Amino acid sequence: MSTASTIHRARFDRVSLEFATPKGTLRVVDDVSYDINDGDFIAVIGPSGCGKTTMMSMLAGFQKPTSGKVLFDGHPVTGPGPERGVIFQEYGVFPWLTVKDNIAFGLKLKANHVPVAERDQICEHYLALMGLSDFANSYPKHLSGGMRQRLAIARAYAVKPQFLLMDEPFGALDAQTRANMQNLLLKVLATEGKTVMLITHSVEEAIYLASRIVVVTARPARIKEIIEVPFAYPRDESLQERPEFGELRSYIRELVMSEYRAQQAQLSPASFSE
Amino acid sequence: MDGSVARRFLLGLAPWVGAVALWYGVRWSGFVNESLIPAPHQVAAKFVELLLKEGLLVDVFASTRRVFLGVMLGIAAAVPVGFLLGWYRPARTFADPMINFFRALPPIALIPLVIVYFGVDEMAKLVILFYASFFAGVIVMYEGVSQITPLYIRVAQTLGAGEFEIFRKVIIPLTVPHILTALRVALGVAWATLVASELIAAQRGLGAMIQNASTYFLLDVIYVGIICIGCIALIMDMILRRISARLLVWQERAVA
Repeated sequence: MSTASTIHRARFDRVSLEFATPKGTLRVVDDVSYDINDGDFIAVIGPSGCGKTTMMSMLAGFQKPTSGKVLFDGHPVTGPGPERGVIFQEYGVFPWLTVKDNIAFGLKLKANHVPVAERDQICEHYLALMGLSDFANSYPKHLSGGMRQRLAIARAYAVKPQFLLMDEPFGALDAQTRANMQNLLLKVLATEGKTVMLITHSVEEAIYLASRIVVVTARPARIKEIIEVPFAYPRDESLQERPEFGELRSYIRELVMSEYRAQQAQLSPASFSE
Repeated sequence: MDGSVARRFLLGLAPWVGAVALWYGVRWSGFVNESLIPAPHQVAAKFVELLLKEGLLVDVFASTRRVFLGVMLGIAAAVPVGFLLGWYRPARTFADPMINFFRALPPIALIPLVIVYFGVDEMAKLVILFYASFFAGVIVMYEGVSQITPLYIRVAQTLGAGEFEIFRKVIIPLTVPHILTALRVALGVAWATLVASELIAAQRGLGAMIQNASTYFLLDVIYVGIICIGCIALIMDMILRRISARLLVWQERAVA
């Protein structure tokens, strides 16, 4: 791993987040601390509804912690910004813009200062990279789920964020498309090194893609364990056949499953009476 | 290609042919006194006569102009108001009961007051049509705008968009479909209100023509008036649908 240069990009410093609900305060994230270094690929994994997305949401700037600090490049996060690209679970491609105009959207914004002459070139680059060149002038309604997700990724990449936040980006895709998208992501990351925080519920996806895995507990989300993934990049699918991959998978799956069981136990019959 | 166009045309024509056949049928069946139902060909003859000798086009123009102006003014006011109500939830809580109160009032019931405050001129008719269009438009706008998902705004923020850029590049495109729907609904409501608005001492206009004809029991003239209103409303709606289809090619369910 790149231990040579450990520059902190993002830091969660004793972060907690609570919501006020009619039944009292609900603690969603509880005293979470970890660093994301330059070039890291962090996967955050835990049972669904545990508060993983809330963690990402705080770093993206959509939510503020109740206590503790979320820092990006040393400064507290105050809102969303183009240096932190976000890829949403629901894609969020703009239906009223063509594929090309979706990619160009960020390039035309004042904050990104992209000269008009360069915009076309950048669009063409990402259209080709994501295999969308034939659909440049189509509207998103004509795209499949996988293509929409590729478009969302292309659009986020086009403004060249140093940091990418991905919220279960491949969750809604079929297994085949999902595998393709994972390989594409690895390929793109190899050429344009970026720091990534990926939220996922798939153990295989976390091991296959990440350099470090943060396993979180059932709500409220606490850090259960942080695991260094011992496989060097570049990776390919043969990695998933190796016995070490299987062992790590069993180990993490057991961690996640024990949290899942804890979560089920919390859901006593009384809580179904709502 | 040609075959399908021809088939669609025939399919669209069929109900009209059916309606005319039914009209003749009712007249010839003997159930209703013939003098109470002018035959379609008599109405057509009356139409030509009114067109050539009585200046039917002046009435058509007067009414169309009123509806057009009323709807334009009504929607011009309804778009910002509906937008604010849809966008800012607190605004809705205090304005909602008010809007529903005024929306429920039939414009006809307001005519005496409108005469008192605005007289019997063109202004009074416009006020009635404005009222009808405005409330129809506001409801459509605010229902539509309140359903815009915050996802697209978040996406734009993460790409670096400022407040003004979000408004211009995200919120406006998402609002256009609702403005077009509001226009269509308001046009329908305005034509429905037209006859009422022309009850106010109108000299010309299709509503006035129908009013005058009813005084002299000229049933064929009433039929001509009704059919003209229907046809113009239909044409306006078709034009608006064409514009919508052009502007909203991106929508999943394009308005065909």
